[in-house]
Amino acid sequence: MHIVVCLKQVIDPEITPKYFKIDPETNRPDKSDTDLVLDSFAENALELAIQLRDKIPGATVTALCLGDDESEEVLRRALAFTANAVVRVWDEEWENLDGQAVGHILAQTIKSLGGVQLVLTGYQASDIEEGLVGPVMAEELGIPCVTLVSDLEVEENSAKATVEVEGGYAVVSVPSPAVFTIISSETNVPRLPKVKDIRLARSKPIVLLESEDLNLDHERCQPGVKLERAYVLKKEVACEVLPGNDGAELASELADRLFALKVI
Amino acid sequence: MSRILVFANQQGTGLSSGAKEALAFGSRLASSTGGEVRSVTFGPFAEAGAKEAIASGASIAYTISNPLLTEYDVELFVNSIQTVFQQSGADILILSFDKMGKDLVGRLATRNCASAITEVVDFHTSNDKPTWIRPIYGDKAYGEYTTTRSKVVVGIRQKSQELAVIDEKAVGEIIPIDYSPSEEMIVTKLVVKIQSALSDIRLEDASIIVSGGRGVGGPEGFNDLQTLAKLLGGTLGASRAACDAGWVPSNLQVGQTGAVVAPDLYIAVGISGASQHLAGITNAKTVVAINTDPEAPIYKRANIGVVADYKTVIPALTEKLKKVLV
Ligand SMILES: Cc1cc2nc3c(=O)[nH]c(=O)nc-3n(C[C@H](O)[C@H](O)[C@H](O)COP(=O)(O)OP(=O)(O)OC[C@H]3O[C@@H](n4cnc5c(N)ncnc54)[C@H](O)[C@@H]3O)c2cc1C
Ligand SMILES: Nc1ncnc2c1ncn2[C@@H]1O[C@H](COP(=O)(O)O)[C@@H](O)[C@H]1O
Repeated sequence: MHIVVCLKQVIDPEITPKYFKIDPETNRPDKSDTDLVLDSFAENALELAIQLRDKIPGATVTALCLGDDESEEVLRRALAFTANAVVRVWDEEWENLDGQAVGHILAQTIKSLGGVQLVLTGYQASDIEEGLVGPVMAEELGIPCVTLVSDLEVEENSAKATVEVEGGYAVVSVPSPAVFTIISSETNVPRLPKVKDIRLARSKPIVLLESEDLNLDHERCQPGVKLERAYVLKKEVACEVLPGNDGAELASELADRLFALKVI
Repeated sequence: MSRILVFANQQGTGLSSGAKEALAFGSRLASSTGGEVRSVTFGPFAEAGAKEAIASGASIAYTISNPLLTEYDVELFVNSIQTVFQQSGADILILSFDKMGKDLVGRLATRNCASAITEVVDFHTSNDKPTWIRPIYGDKAYGEYTTTRSKVVVGIRQKSQELAVIDEKAVGEIIPIDYSPSEEMIVTKLVVKIQSALSDIRLEDASIIVSGGRGVGGPEGFNDLQTLAKLLGGTLGASRAACDAGWVPSNLQVGQTGAVVAPDLYIAVGISGASQHLAGITNAKTVVAINTDPEAPIYKRANIGVVADYKTVIPALTEKLKKVLV
């Protein structure tokens, strides 16, 4: 069984707001103060992919990333998680792709890799959060897509997915191959890779595919949206810090304030 | 001039809250581009939905009353919306980017070679052409986007719109569409559905929320927060860190990827105030933060700050309130 997981490199979503700036020239975040990391839901998807592989004899995991050479870091991370193979796709012309174009290119890449049973993505990338790549790939590949999946159980020709629904959870069954967009849950918390695996990851090969290696539709590689302007909004509220020397005093002060505001 | 089609999904016989927002957004867009809004509703109660859509600003309301469309199924809905989108000749398709919208927007855009733009909260227009506005980078910034294709599928962020004024006297035409999706299209089968009985009040509807984060330190601390929440007639919430740690169930998560809440009082305990968390409490009226770190970003959003270890404050607060409230 072949499991493909799609990994995006993003600027650290947990950056302290005070250090977050947008460069008005490029409309992109100022990278000087930030780290690049593996997208957080994609990391949950990677963890799930590895867990599934380890349960299924003979299964393999391929991690895919569309990105420049800097983004090889996320593939090294996938190798440290013990992914079996990693593939990077890139072309200089792909600076300003949107989720739809990425979905097309990744779908064509998956076709070029041969058969696949499960395709896992994060549900929304932690930078622009388009939430498009998974469903777009499914449409391109002509296979089902289940979104907001927190867990998966794989069977011979189908998979059972635990999904978030209004007011609770549901388990649904779909025939495979299928695409699943993954959310975080207590069962897919990313592992801490072993030191040995991190070391081994450094020397493993990263396959590079370029646009001519894939059967791409030029139209579909053009972004459908164009970012005209990006800006940081400062939304600061004046905070009244309550006086008090200990918990009891503060609690009493807080209770009084809440009554005065008539919120309780 | 633009022709706008809104997917007006129902919850029972009434329109869903997402549909109401999508219609409000569509109507606003129509009045600034000089276009018109049409809607589409499905299932045995489609006509009731169509009437409500007309009262919310649609001039033509399409219906597909096929009983197969009573329960949501992604394939049936994609195909049915697609049929109406084509027949209506609309160039802008608007859906709520709710749990269903997350399934539908990308697929419908791809099927129509349309642009797709999600999590939209607002727009402005020049020469009747919309520029779409949406938060980016975990709500740390905003981006303004134009689209490059002749059609666009738009996903509206949940809880971002003021609802349209209902005008019962509004007139509009209901047009039934003759389309029968077939049962063979269904590929996703429901195995079980588990309604979570863990919280008595839906976070979205709560007027008081006591929310805990990593700073609470473990599941035991949440018992104290639960006691306080109960006492106040409110409900328990949490940050993603607390949910991921398994201290509380993940349906208690507040934020960009959790519930978007709008309580009168939000008490954030041991929560640092990451932008993704704050995205869920934009519409909270009074925010109280209890945090040991005076530099925590939550104090930039909180109206009242208590810089202290919550373990010393919460029990004392609960005791004091008990005397007055019970
Ligand atoms: C794509 C994406 C989506 C996300 N979506 C969400 C979301 O929907 N909701 C969400 O919440 N997060 C979300 N996050 C995570 C978010 O970025 C933060 O990591 C998370 O909110 C941090 O949770 P926290 O504040 O509980 O923990 P921390 O940031 O670790 O903060 C803990 C706080 O507790 C304080 N503290 C410690 N001990 C005590 C004590 N004894 N008393 C009082 N205070 C104490 C500390 O000073 C600290 O400020 C998302 C992240 C990504 C990348
Ligand atoms: N450039 C990329 N390379 C590989 N995977 C990607 C890329 N962009 C997005 N993805 C995947 O698609 C998911 C959703 O991204 P998005 O649709 O951009 O919000 C991410 O969590 C990744 O799993």
